[in-house]
Amino acid sequence: MINKFLRAGLLAGLIAFGGQALAIDTEDAFTDPALQHRYETLNRELRCLVCQNQTIADSNAPLAADLRREVREMIAAGKTDDEIRTFMIDRYGDFVLYRPRMTAQNFLLWAAPVLLLLAGAATVVVVVRRRSQESETETNGPEAGQS
Amino acid sequence: MKNLKYILPLVLCALLGLALFRGLSLDPREVPSPLIGKPAPEFTLPSLQDPSYPVSSKELLGQPWVLNVWGTWCGGCRAEHETLLAISRQRTVPIIGLNWKDENMAAQQWLQQLGNPYAAVAEDRIGKTAIDWGVYGAPETFLIGPDGIVLYKHIAPMTMEVWMQEFLPRIEAARATAGSRS
Repeated sequence: MINKFLRAGLLAGLIAFGGQALAIDTEDAFTDPALQHRYETLNRELRCLVCQNQTIADSNAPLAADLRREVREMIAAGKTDDEIRTFMIDRYGDFVLYRPRMTAQNFLLWAAPVLLLLAGAATVVVVVRRRSQESETETNGPEAGQS
Repeated sequence: MKNLKYILPLVLCALLGLALFRGLSLDPREVPSPLIGKPAPEFTLPSLQDPSYPVSSKELLGQPWVLNVWGTWCGGCRAEHETLLAISRQRTVPIIGLNWKDENMAAQQWLQQLGNPYAAVAEDRIGKTAIDWGVYGAPETFLIGPDGIVLYKHIAPMTMEVWMQEFLPRIEAARATAGSRS
């Protein structure tokens, strides 16, 4: 019974909002599904710089539409995904990528988790060693066995 | 050495605080342009007033010049228009307008009514040149050196303070180096 309602609700939701989600990109799809897949994947990786927390796939800003057109044209012209990413980075900088690359500038950011983990491990080793030394001196002391 | 246990966290905390405090005054909407220090993207576009007369970036080589990206749909462009007119009256460098995704008639009317600060206006109807220049929100203003290298980019309406502090010194420096070379 509940299942039925749930299904009806989902269907109603899909009908109500599904169309809008598709309507952002009003261009015709590529006839080759592989190209269409590349186009959609790239669009989801590229930031719309007007509305900075949206990808160009999500945004209906005019600039996003222009950038989608550039991606579409470059795919149609036989450019590789890397060439298209480089095209965008040359113009808008690394910020255009939703999946940031490792560069000399942000290397510390990438390395931070490993560095912090190492620092933590080093601290643990130092503390444990010190404690074990302390407990050794304790057991060797006159009050052995009482602590 | 014993105090280090107490001092170190305090110092780290203070450093973190400083970094975060600096973050408060940074504007995430101002994306640094990767074009600075690189050759300006070339363009040849129809002139806004006369489509048969092309505006080409190549013709501007040999002198510092300014590219101002604008559109009649852009509120900030109206806000900076008086400043652009004042700057153009000083006749320091030519200001080239890039009319970005606009309607031709509306743009021409705007210049007739408000005055025309531009030496020439290139019409970028579909926005391809704007993408080459990494434009993402008008108004944006670029400074290009005599050798065709992009020297500076200002995002947001132009003000006299920005012009005096950021543009004029760079124009003078570019002229000095270009003069000493020839």
